Amino acid sequence: MEGNYYARRKFALLKNLLEYIGIEPGRLHFSWISSAESTKFQRVAKEVSDAVQAVGPANKLIKELAEVA
Amino acid sequence: MIRYTEKIRQAARQLLESGKVDVFIGFRKGTVPMMSEPTLIRNAQAAETLHWDSNCGINLANYLPKRSERIGIVAKGCDSRNIVTHIVENQIRREQLIIVGVPCEGMVDRRKVTRMAGGDILDVVEEESRIIVTGKAGQQTFDKKDVLQENCAICIHRNPVVYDELVADLVEEQKDVDRYEDIRAIEDKTPEERWEYFQKLIEPCIRCYACRNACPLCYCPTCFVDESKPQWLGKSIDRTDTMTFHFLRAYHCAGRCTDCGACERACPVGIRVRKFTKKLEKDIKELYDWEAGLALDERPPLDRYRPDDPNGFIL
Repeated sequence: MEGNYYARRKFALLKNLLEYIGIEPGRLHFSWISSAESTKFQRVAKEVSDAVQAVGPANKLIKELAEVA
Repeated sequence: MIRYTEKIRQAARQLLESGKVDVFIGFRKGTVPMMSEPTLIRNAQAAETLHWDSNCGINLANYLPKRSERIGIVAKGCDSRNIVTHIVENQIRREQLIIVGVPCEGMVDRRKVTRMAGGDILDVVEEESRIIVTGKAGQQTFDKKDVLQENCAICIHRNPVVYDELVADLVEEQKDVDRYEDIRAIEDKTPEERWEYFQKLIEPCIRCYACRNACPLCYCPTCFVDESKPQWLGKSIDRTDTMTFHFLRAYHCAGRCTDCGACERACPVGIRVRKFTKKLEKDIKELYDWEAGLALDERPPLDRYRPDDPNGFIL
């Protein structure tokens, strides 16, 4: 239980920081869903998917150099 | 501020002679102008080498973690707040420390002075509120308040928050300072503009990690940037790796950063890395009403919660 509350603080800061450096708002989502809330899970999954599609492909934070095997 | 030197030497001599401390951490004059450097001394004679002026901007709390001796340490406002953070995070015990507090009037930005003087500087003499600089072009006098480090100009905790003795009377704290003007200006941009802004900001970064090394908060035995199994972060100067390094470094300082400016001061290419850490400092203040390093008996903000914390972003 408590872990959710600690995580909420960390997450609020991370979300703000990512948006601050220019990652579009709407890429990062966070929700509390119990294992009993299947309808909420479905709704949130759809919302996340719609929001991310609306922002389009993520072109930032992609590495340009080839990876070395 | 230069007048503090004699008081600091006295304090160090007395502490070392009486055996109250094993080691004393302070500053000595650097080999080039405006570069006072940290020094650790272990005998009373060496107290003569101690020095204090407006170039002692590096944060001495950086030298405390994992030490087992009894330590005397010089601390201005920001150093003392980082000492508090170290005590709270169990990096050092309060009983080990004798803190010689320095009421601070701000540190000088040597890059600003060099710029204003129009080139290399050969000698610097400091008076009460003036800096007299001798460069190739001749002698110039600057008002100290015009050449302060950015973080010092907006500092609201100039006096040490914990100390055992003081080298001078407490100074008046600055009031009505707008600490986050620059951060708000960035926040007002569009995401695209902000991305461009930060790409440009970190462009000169050579991944030397001087910002990390100068920071008293970075004391993990193995840093996430150095780990190879798993490798969290690429080692290249690909802009994605560099960006990830900077924002994760800042994120690790959330709720702990005292805006001492050691990172910016240490950067060899002059990146204003405080643009990252200051955003978190602002958010922590606004969301959780917390300023780092002010209290010995409170847990830091990321080690706490309130059930009614801000919640709007949760779906």
